[in-house]
Amino acid sequence: MTSDPVNVDMVPDGATPDARPVAGESVLEIRDLHVTFKTEDGPVFAVRGIDLDVAAGEVLGIVGESGSGKSVTMLAVLGLLPKTATVTGSAKFRGEELLGRKPKDLQRIRGAHIAMIFQDPLTALNPVHKVGKQITEAIRAHRSDMNENEAEVRAIELLDLVGIPRPEVRVRQYPHEFSGGMRQRAMIAMMIANDPDVLIADEPTTALDVTIQAQILELLKSIQERTNTAVVFITHDLGVIARVADRVQVMYAGRVAENASVDDTFHRSRHPYTGGLLASLPSLAGPGQRLKPIVGSPPSMLFPPSGCAFHPRCPLAEEICSGEQPPLRQIDRPKHVTACYFAEKLAKEVDA
Amino acid sequence: MTSVDRASSVPVPASPNGEGPTLEVRDLVKHFPVRGGGGKIVVQAVSNVSFDLSRGKTLGLVGESGSGKSTVGRCVLRLIEPTSGTVRFEGEDLLALPNREMRRYRKRMQIVFQDPYASLDPRMNVAAIIGEPMKIHGIEGDRNQKVRDLLALVGLNPEHGNRYPHEFSGGQRQRVGIARAIALEPTLLVLDEPVSALDVSIQAGVVNLLEDLQDRLNLTYLIIAHDLSVIRHISDEIAVMYLGKIVEHGPAEMVYEHPQHPYTQALLSAVPVPEPNLERARSRIMLQGDVPSPVSPPSGCRFRTRCWKAQDKCAQEEPLLIDRGAGHPVACHFAEESPVALGPMRTER
Repeated sequence: MTSDPVNVDMVPDGATPDARPVAGESVLEIRDLHVTFKTEDGPVFAVRGIDLDVAAGEVLGIVGESGSGKSVTMLAVLGLLPKTATVTGSAKFRGEELLGRKPKDLQRIRGAHIAMIFQDPLTALNPVHKVGKQITEAIRAHRSDMNENEAEVRAIELLDLVGIPRPEVRVRQYPHEFSGGMRQRAMIAMMIANDPDVLIADEPTTALDVTIQAQILELLKSIQERTNTAVVFITHDLGVIARVADRVQVMYAGRVAENASVDDTFHRSRHPYTGGLLASLPSLAGPGQRLKPIVGSPPSMLFPPSGCAFHPRCPLAEEICSGEQPPLRQIDRPKHVTACYFAEKLAKEVDA
Repeated sequence: MTSVDRASSVPVPASPNGEGPTLEVRDLVKHFPVRGGGGKIVVQAVSNVSFDLSRGKTLGLVGESGSGKSTVGRCVLRLIEPTSGTVRFEGEDLLALPNREMRRYRKRMQIVFQDPYASLDPRMNVAAIIGEPMKIHGIEGDRNQKVRDLLALVGLNPEHGNRYPHEFSGGQRQRVGIARAIALEPTLLVLDEPVSALDVSIQAGVVNLLEDLQDRLNLTYLIIAHDLSVIRHISDEIAVMYLGKIVEHGPAEMVYEHPQHPYTQALLSAVPVPEPNLERARSRIMLQGDVPSPVSPPSGCRFRTRCWKAQDKCAQEEPLLIDRGAGHPVACHFAEESPVALGPMRTER
């Protein structure tokens, strides 16, 4: 990280391991995560056994529709779920277990080592505090050695780094004085303030216009490449995934459907849900043919379907699919796992 | 849709020559007063927008937030009153009509909203929701049968009329909204972000439904959406809006394959394409900064503050929306095909 002039002096206090992770080192490792919410209608099985790995320097894209459990997974890891949620399984940050930790321990890790950026910067920023104040707070939460003035200097540096013009003026303004794109830049400034090892970006550009989205994606990518940060990028937009991700984890009904390199995901998918999503998209290149929707709707997580949760909507489904849940298994491609009994059959169709 | 056939209770004059466009918008302007501005400060939401739309065709309005595209849609239906300009629907000048007369036309122009959760009354069952427009407009006959026909037409179970909105998924709810919109046999539908609140796997089915209904009922669509792929798929013509003005207007293929306006080029190049090889190979035009405030838009060309081609002329002289040799109108003094290769945008799958 010597290449980053802004961050050379940033070693947050209480850092777990001293050194920054090297590229390729696994920084976040989730195993068999389950999250269940207690509701008036009964338990909602939001996450039902998720594994997830992300390494330093890697962008992991997580794709899924509403209710697939993609956001809940990350909130569970950070201990940000409400009390109605029951979380089991394991989530390790650089070998250190996060689940079941005291709130105080998690606070030390959140922001300093794992930072999260949300979809809507207007609700994520506090409207009654100046933007600069919110950034300095984020800095000083993990840097007790910095005084308010030093933190403000750093905040101005960060606003400049994320491309906000006249940062020395902007730092004293309120969120409502910022445009949507500027607010998301300010959020990113706050998020990288402590030079985290893992960035979790939950639909960070969904609320933004497409030309602003392009700016923000570019900014996130340049930060990630320079700092070697591991990024978990959650989105429902497959175009965004194609632009930013190295690996893709496709989620459906609280489980992992498929995990593969971005190229395999788009060209050699071995799960009918992934293939169905891709086939349903209209093309920017022409009116083309009639669109091919996936039949049915995503299931209610109050009553997830038996076996493979996708079987009621799947064109390949046979009896076995509604019986036992297909395990996530390695297929003929390196680092490509899928939870489908008919992956090999699909291989013949897709690659043919 | 013969089952919903019926004689109109109030005769509506047909288009004078039968050949004219269904919708003719000229110099449409909408200014919203800014609260606390003493009536002097206004948001110039729509500025001199003109277009024609023929029966059975689809015009896609694209542009980013604040471009005025939704305001145009609402002004056309007089859901908000335009500040000035004319809107002719089947030959009739709508803005000249008193409210009572306007109601006759409302039947023939309907809207589908973005949010299928907010646009359906949760305390009404779907038969009541779909039947309500017929009730309001005093349509006689077997309303229940018509509701069943409409449910079947939008791909829902005709026996589910007694169910409530919460018993349906998002995609099904949007189908209910569409059934309500076509209940009065309109000729024009304004589709305001009709699929953007839906899950990806559901969107395609609703897009297909809209296309089928257009074919079967000869509907005319004015569709507003920010998803440029959806718009391309469904539209015959595209009008690109920026800060209240149309900057480029033409057949969908021309606008997407040969965009002439720098803003159209930037917009198209910014759309992420679901194909990693293509994403790696594509060049993008990165626009700097944000859209200026519509309270005090830039002089001359409104895009000039973010345009890499801008010169003095652009600040002094407003570029007219005219054909500059490309075969479709473009509002740019320096319109030309982009030197930046935007494509190939074609995905191979």
